[in-house]
Amino acid sequence: MSTTHGHGGHDDHVTGDTAGTDIVLREGEDAPGRFPNPGFGPHRPRRSDVDPAADKRAERQVVALFAVSVLGTVGFIVAYFAFPLDDSPETLRRSNLFLGLGLAFALLGIGLAAVHWAKSLMNDHEKAEDRHAQRSSDETRAAAVEVLEEGVKDSAIGRRGVLKGALVSSLALFPLTIVLPLIGEVGEDWNVSKLKHTMWARNKKLTIDPTGRPIKAADVTIGSVVHVIPEGLDETDAPLDEKAKAVVLLVRLDPRDIKSEQGEGWSYDGIVAFSKICTHVGCPVALYEQQTHHLLCPCHQSTFDVADSAKVVFGPAKRPLPQLPITVDDEGYLVAQSDFHEPVGPSFWERLR
Amino acid sequence: MKALAARRHDRRAPVVLLLLALLLTGALYAVLSPTSAGAAPAAATADEVETGEKLFQANCATCHGPDATGTDVVPSLVGVGAAAVDFQVGTGRMPMQMNGPQAPAKPVQFDEDQIAALAAYVASLGPGPSVPTAEQVDPALGDPANGMALFRTNCSMCHNAVGAGGALSQGKWAPNLWETTPTHIYEAMTTGPQSMPVFNDVTLTPDEKRDIIAFLDLQGEPTPGGLDLGSLGPVSEGLWAWVVGMGLLIGAAVWIGARSS
Repeated sequence: MSTTHGHGGHDDHVTGDTAGTDIVLREGEDAPGRFPNPGFGPHRPRRSDVDPAADKRAERQVVALFAVSVLGTVGFIVAYFAFPLDDSPETLRRSNLFLGLGLAFALLGIGLAAVHWAKSLMNDHEKAEDRHAQRSSDETRAAAVEVLEEGVKDSAIGRRGVLKGALVSSLALFPLTIVLPLIGEVGEDWNVSKLKHTMWARNKKLTIDPTGRPIKAADVTIGSVVHVIPEGLDETDAPLDEKAKAVVLLVRLDPRDIKSEQGEGWSYDGIVAFSKICTHVGCPVALYEQQTHHLLCPCHQSTFDVADSAKVVFGPAKRPLPQLPITVDDEGYLVAQSDFHEPVGPSFWERLR
Repeated sequence: MKALAARRHDRRAPVVLLLLALLLTGALYAVLSPTSAGAAPAAATADEVETGEKLFQANCATCHGPDATGTDVVPSLVGVGAAAVDFQVGTGRMPMQMNGPQAPAKPVQFDEDQIAALAAYVASLGPGPSVPTAEQVDPALGDPANGMALFRTNCSMCHNAVGAGGALSQGKWAPNLWETTPTHIYEAMTTGPQSMPVFNDVTLTPDEKRDIIAFLDLQGEPTPGGLDLGSLGPVSEGLWAWVVGMGLLIGAAVWIGARSS
């Protein structure tokens, strides 16, 4: 089914002056139902077609590329024996490097040579291959219909109503086995109120992540940052789930630097505690700059001002980080006054504010 | 008695007596004067403090003020301790070369004695963290596994998971830690230089600090996989894959599809 065109031969469909011209539609004209085949452009011979020296040169280039491949293979084999492995990463690295280089040249040489050979030495005559018709022949179609009709007649589905009903029921019910687990396991847990509360509660001690030591207010020096988890986190049923909501960043500022806080008396002597979960999409916000009091989220560069109620000063976050109200207990340990007063982390449908 | 008297005339007797007397004096000195023994290094420090003050007035007072109390934009050095000086001056960050978002590490301008003198002077202004001992920062004594857990929680968000460093806001950055000496790492944690917050001995105990140093000591080694592109993660790897990798693929596709000349 293929037609070979020697030197810029035109297809039979191409008629006169429409060949190769752009179609420009003016008012009142309809677009043509079928664009004419522009055919092939004029054939341009390659250098290797007309100049025997260029042909020879291309051949030598292909041979050289194959030679590169051979050298790569030889290099791989040499490297395999020349760079034995001991336990140090250096030897592994050197071995990998030279094995990889050998492999790269071995395969790249073959590939480049094959393509170069095909492009510059094999013939470059354009060929067109017509599409096959998609429609089957009339006889094939009639035969298929005949087979189907014979099956329907043989099954007597028109007469046996109960059978038909049973077939339809079974086919209609079967997809439930696929759909039910798909829907049933979406999200696993539909208890949205879990998102609104954390394990912080009145008098729950603030402890250091990951050691779990309680923190004395007097031990937090100005400029200090402490990554905080609630006391007893490890005893909960799902410590990682609880931690994901309850992590807090504790910072002590010079009390004179504090411009505002989210609630009256929520800080203790310059010690402020904010949720570490970004209100944008929930990354842990923990890049604290001591001098600017800015808290930076590593994911999308939302920046919060710790000295000013963690207000957003830059980036895509819309809400300040929720502040954890803290105070000290009788022994001087930092404790929470209550849970956060608003849901931590990013927005969700049922958040209401 | 006669024997003793005869011995007394031994020619070696004066030497033995002299040695005994010296020993006795030394022992008495050690027992009776612990306070004065303690005062001896303090006297040396007084010299150091004096030298340090001269160095301070010549090199630091322009910005930090003649009494080191700083201004609105320059921090006061009262109470920053010897550790802060040893870190800032010992890494070349101070004296600051020019104003900017951050004072970068650069070639150190003072020798060890001068740095120690400056540190002694600043330490004399008010109590602050002191320079750690060699044992406190010995990576061989730390637990790198525990150090990794602590580094991940406290440091990795700025300094990268393996300590390769990273960007902060408005031109500031957290530096790479692979070439930083253990002493300077320890001092940075206790003093919180520049943008870095303080991790005092309660937040991270001295043992935990040493664990972190032990973890960092193992980072920055050659990776068996080859080029680690600075261990910066998705940024450098993505740049490489999208620009170099995909560029090569597109170039190859164009070359394969183009007519031979």
